[in-house]
Amino acid sequence: MAGHESGIAFLLNGTPVRVTDEPPTRTLLDWLRERRGLCGTKEACREGDCGACTVMLTDADGSRAMNACLMFLPQLQGKAVRTVEGLSGPAAEPHPVQSAMVTHHGSQCGFCTPGFVVSMAVAHLNGDTAHDDALAGNLCRCTGYAPVVRAARAAESAPVPAWMREDASFILAQVPRGSGGSAPGAFHPATADQLADWYAAHPEAVLVAGATDVGLWVTKGLRDLAPVAFLGGITDLARFVPQGDSLRIGAGVTIAALRAAMQTPHPAFAELLRRFASAQVRNAATLGGNIANGSPIGDTPPALIALGARLHLRRGPDRREMPLEDFFLDYRRQDRRPGEFVEAVTIPASAPALRCYKVSKRFDQDISAVCAGFNVTVEAGQVTAARLAFGGMAGIPKRAASAEAALLGREWSEATLRDAAGALTGDFAPLNDMRASAGYRMRAAQGLLRRYFHDLAGQPVSVLEVRP
Amino acid sequence: MSTGLPLPHDSAPLHVTGAARYVDDIPLPAGALHLAFGLSAVAHGTITAMDLSEVRAAPGVVLVLSAEDFAEMPDCSPSVRDEPLLALGKVHYAGQPVFLVVAESHLAARKAARLGKVGYAELPAILTVGQALAADSRFEQGPVVWARGDAGGEILKATHRVEGEFPVGGQEHFYLEGQVAAAIPQEDGMHVLSSTQHPTEVQHKVAHALHLPMAAVRVEVRRMGGGFGGKESQGNALAVACAVAAARTGRPCRMRYDRDDDMMITGKRHDLVIRYRAGFDAAGRVLGVEFTHLIRCGWSQDLSLPVADRAMLHADNCYWLPAVRIESHRLRTNTASATAFRGFGGPQGMIGIERVMDHVAFALGLEPLEVRRSNFYREVAGPGGASPPGPPEDISGQMKAAQTTPYLMPVEDFVGHALVAELEKSSDYRARKAAVAAWNATNPILKRGIALTPVKFGISFTLTWLNQAGALVHVYQDGSIHLNHGGTEMGQGLNQKVAQVVAGVFGVDVGVVKITATDTGKVPNTSATAASSGSDLNGMAAKAAAEVIRGRLAEFLAEKHQVKPGAVRFAGSMVRVAGEEYPFARVAMWAYQARVSLSSTGYYATPKITWDRIRGVGRPFLYFAYGAAVTEVVIDRLTGENRILRADVLHDTGNPLNPAIDIGQIEGGYVQGAGWLTTEELVWDDKGRLTTHAPSTYKIPACSDRPGVFNVALWGRHNREDTVGKSKAVGEPPLMLGISAFFALSDAVAACGDGSVYPALRAPATPEAVLEAVRRVERDV
Repeated sequence: MAGHESGIAFLLNGTPVRVTDEPPTRTLLDWLRERRGLCGTKEACREGDCGACTVMLTDADGSRAMNACLMFLPQLQGKAVRTVEGLSGPAAEPHPVQSAMVTHHGSQCGFCTPGFVVSMAVAHLNGDTAHDDALAGNLCRCTGYAPVVRAARAAESAPVPAWMREDASFILAQVPRGSGGSAPGAFHPATADQLADWYAAHPEAVLVAGATDVGLWVTKGLRDLAPVAFLGGITDLARFVPQGDSLRIGAGVTIAALRAAMQTPHPAFAELLRRFASAQVRNAATLGGNIANGSPIGDTPPALIALGARLHLRRGPDRREMPLEDFFLDYRRQDRRPGEFVEAVTIPASAPALRCYKVSKRFDQDISAVCAGFNVTVEAGQVTAARLAFGGMAGIPKRAASAEAALLGREWSEATLRDAAGALTGDFAPLNDMRASAGYRMRAAQGLLRRYFHDLAGQPVSVLEVRP
Repeated sequence: MSTGLPLPHDSAPLHVTGAARYVDDIPLPAGALHLAFGLSAVAHGTITAMDLSEVRAAPGVVLVLSAEDFAEMPDCSPSVRDEPLLALGKVHYAGQPVFLVVAESHLAARKAARLGKVGYAELPAILTVGQALAADSRFEQGPVVWARGDAGGEILKATHRVEGEFPVGGQEHFYLEGQVAAAIPQEDGMHVLSSTQHPTEVQHKVAHALHLPMAAVRVEVRRMGGGFGGKESQGNALAVACAVAAARTGRPCRMRYDRDDDMMITGKRHDLVIRYRAGFDAAGRVLGVEFTHLIRCGWSQDLSLPVADRAMLHADNCYWLPAVRIESHRLRTNTASATAFRGFGGPQGMIGIERVMDHVAFALGLEPLEVRRSNFYREVAGPGGASPPGPPEDISGQMKAAQTTPYLMPVEDFVGHALVAELEKSSDYRARKAAVAAWNATNPILKRGIALTPVKFGISFTLTWLNQAGALVHVYQDGSIHLNHGGTEMGQGLNQKVAQVVAGVFGVDVGVVKITATDTGKVPNTSATAASSGSDLNGMAAKAAAEVIRGRLAEFLAEKHQVKPGAVRFAGSMVRVAGEEYPFARVAMWAYQARVSLSSTGYYATPKITWDRIRGVGRPFLYFAYGAAVTEVVIDRLTGENRILRADVLHDTGNPLNPAIDIGQIEGGYVQGAGWLTTEELVWDDKGRLTTHAPSTYKIPACSDRPGVFNVALWGRHNREDTVGKSKAVGEPPLMLGISAFFALSDAVAACGDGSVYPALRAPATPEAVLEAVRRVERDV
């Protein structure tokens, strides 16, 4: 869509800027450091895993922490960015989290510190006191985190400085969402219809929603992308639509928004989503992206398949739908035609027996070795329906047909679950890789099935729930 | 007095505002170029063809260099000149730099580096210690063996025995700031900015590469974004590459590794396999013990020999070992050259004897803490009074002479009994141990474990001549003070500690002392900031420099007031003499006008140390730093997932120069040590390629991995040796407190069995490793 003026317009540390003559894959991080001389934002991994490049992004949906290394400049269209240099006040008054970090010895080498400070300032602005979660995407190698969390707690009660709220008012007043032009070769659809028409005509194009995966094609793969469509402005793809006993979730919904929406209907899914990468990544990544990239280790498909989710695909005006599990054909191959995109997912509004388990080397900000979504129906002590879905066990997210068969019609008991666990060897032949061996993946998957029985019985089954 | 105050890090206000500058943040003069290496794709092979035409043709490329472009290939090794900057006909590990791209931007250089077409005739690669041992691929002629008594005979005679093989993984430094350097050509030499712990080494390597005298090369280090040993030698290649490219192009050059390149190219903590055999009595007292260290050193020697030595020097930890034999194999493999990492082999040696203690206790069904305690060195009362009054039962011990380490150094300052007793009490160890057992009796799936392990870490470089330092202090006519010393700042707060020492000498506020970048042009011939020695060495050197100037000021005022110089007092930013009181700044001005020199160097060499590394005998350390930690964990017996619940630490930093900085080092060290032994797993594929080369696959502890309850206290008794402010070094020792987390996990695994099968947990204790051990004790394997 053509803009009023060419270039990318956004607010940088309170000052409007317009960027022209940059390729659509210029990352915010490189631009800040190399073009603007704003070197407080650091590069330490260039893959969204360390948080040293964290910046604050503000738009009509509020303020959130984002990784500048995985954000292309066109994604900033009409938004506001605040870097570490923009956290202090107009007269260089320190932000309360900056003061607290000094007082509580929260920095040692200081290289991760700007990213921490920004994450902390965002949490402070939003009144978020779940510090471990807010900081899960910021790695520190010096402090052991203890003094950082002490600083975050100490700053909780300080008032939010006035300048921290200015971005939101500016955005609402000045910059209409989804407007404006961008960079050469970049398309900014404002509606799903616009995307559908354009993508049908440009099936070779790359779709960029949160850029948490596609970003790596550029920062690690050193690829150039064109043509490219930036989907962040499509409001009608980012909606939740209740439909009777089910809920339709737009593909453009971020993982952060999905997590919030799942707290009540599906708390087990919400808890899994808490462990989906970090706040920075959840704020960018979308449900559609997590499904469409077809990764065998994406964290949403096992839970969604266990819920019996239906997938809605669209090409131009044509729409079709299918059970989510049917979308995944083979390793990195999906039932998606050229020019076709994921439009939405429909899930049931309730599934009390849904449980989701993720096993990884580290609890936060890690990729699953094994991820599982389980959902059984037990009537009069007998299993009448069973959906057991796994990630990390095959080339695709997949249901465990043999294990499901071993449950159906049987008495709901520990012995039955053991039998189902045994049947998993007929369902999967997992891989060895750097995350886990094949043998471990199988044993852990079996262990998760046994855990499910104890979990539904209300026994403590998660080390995360044990208090010192 | 500014020493002893819990002041924030001097750069903290800059850190939190993003104003602290690191090498990649410093603007270079116009025309700066950027560098990237093309890397070997194979672990071992002969280069049969190299076509770099596409690299040269790539946009923005200015210069491409490979072996054929050098008459003499620059060397990057800190030890024996076995690390050519670029491969010479052969490659020795996957990730070895083969060619160098010099381009107009960082991105252009990276993109071009991927276009090289290099052909290899692959040779058999030696990847594991087993393969290396079989091929006799090693550094030095054969294993190094140090022994005392007849360990083998004592083991045979003993009524009880254990033995085992214990694989212990390596560790990636994961300094947040990757390796980076820049070189700016001067009219008659080279100015280098480097993120290095060892500016003098960089100066030496750059001078050699450019055929310049060292005096023509100036290396500057303001700060590093983390080092942990990973910048002791691993920055040499970048600095040399920048200097060579800058010399050839006449333009400033900068190089930083992308994180994947950094993790593939540079060395890590040495992984090893520890074989052990111990004989002991019914009380768990070890009568004889034998260790074999199979250490994977990688392709070049780097610092592997002193690392392996230090592993041997810490094979005793806190325990008197009457008969001991340690055999150390330094094995050469086709992997990145393992290097210094916080602890420098000490952690690897220490975890071996802690494994023995754990195994002995398990075999006897005894409380592991009691077994550990019954093997502790004896405490002797030292003239420095390091030991607090012990409980009555310790008095007999104090009457006897100090016991000696396996390398015959008397352990005169041992405080383990008293320190552990205090921690046992403050952590409520006994009651919690019982609570863990009760909890485990009622929880079928989740099991808790708890362990207390001690630390005794030797302080001094084992290469004796490195135990020296210099400093340069100026007092300006306005009373401001310029401080420079040979140590480098990597986050450990060294500069602030040294500034506090200097401020203390002059009796001024620490803010008056201006901390300046480490600079080989100001203080020459420095040792690496390593071996925890930074504040011990540089603090003493700076103190000496400051005392020279203070002495001159005192003499000047004394003469003016006709009193003895000793009667002049410097305190509270004032100078007091003969009943008069003057601001320090005014005294500086008067002294300047009276033509008194207000500048001085200072120098320090560590006393008392002697070391014969061939025989393995002497006093390699001035003193030991001590500590202990209690960690409680929980595991899931179905998946092996595990978590640290609580840690209690009591650590000895002598009379701390800055207790806040010391506590920061302890908290950070504990978490880093626990990370080494839990989530941090390095994986190579069967071709010798590292598959965990980014934070997406290599998992250092995240925020929520720190202990939920984390109590850290300082022991607070002064060092009996004459160190700066009677303090003790704190950089490395706390890392080994993390060993307690590993043995707590072992304890939790043991709770899944009936006590008949030892968990034999391997390190790191990933969920997979824990589940493997659970199945072992469940006899499900």
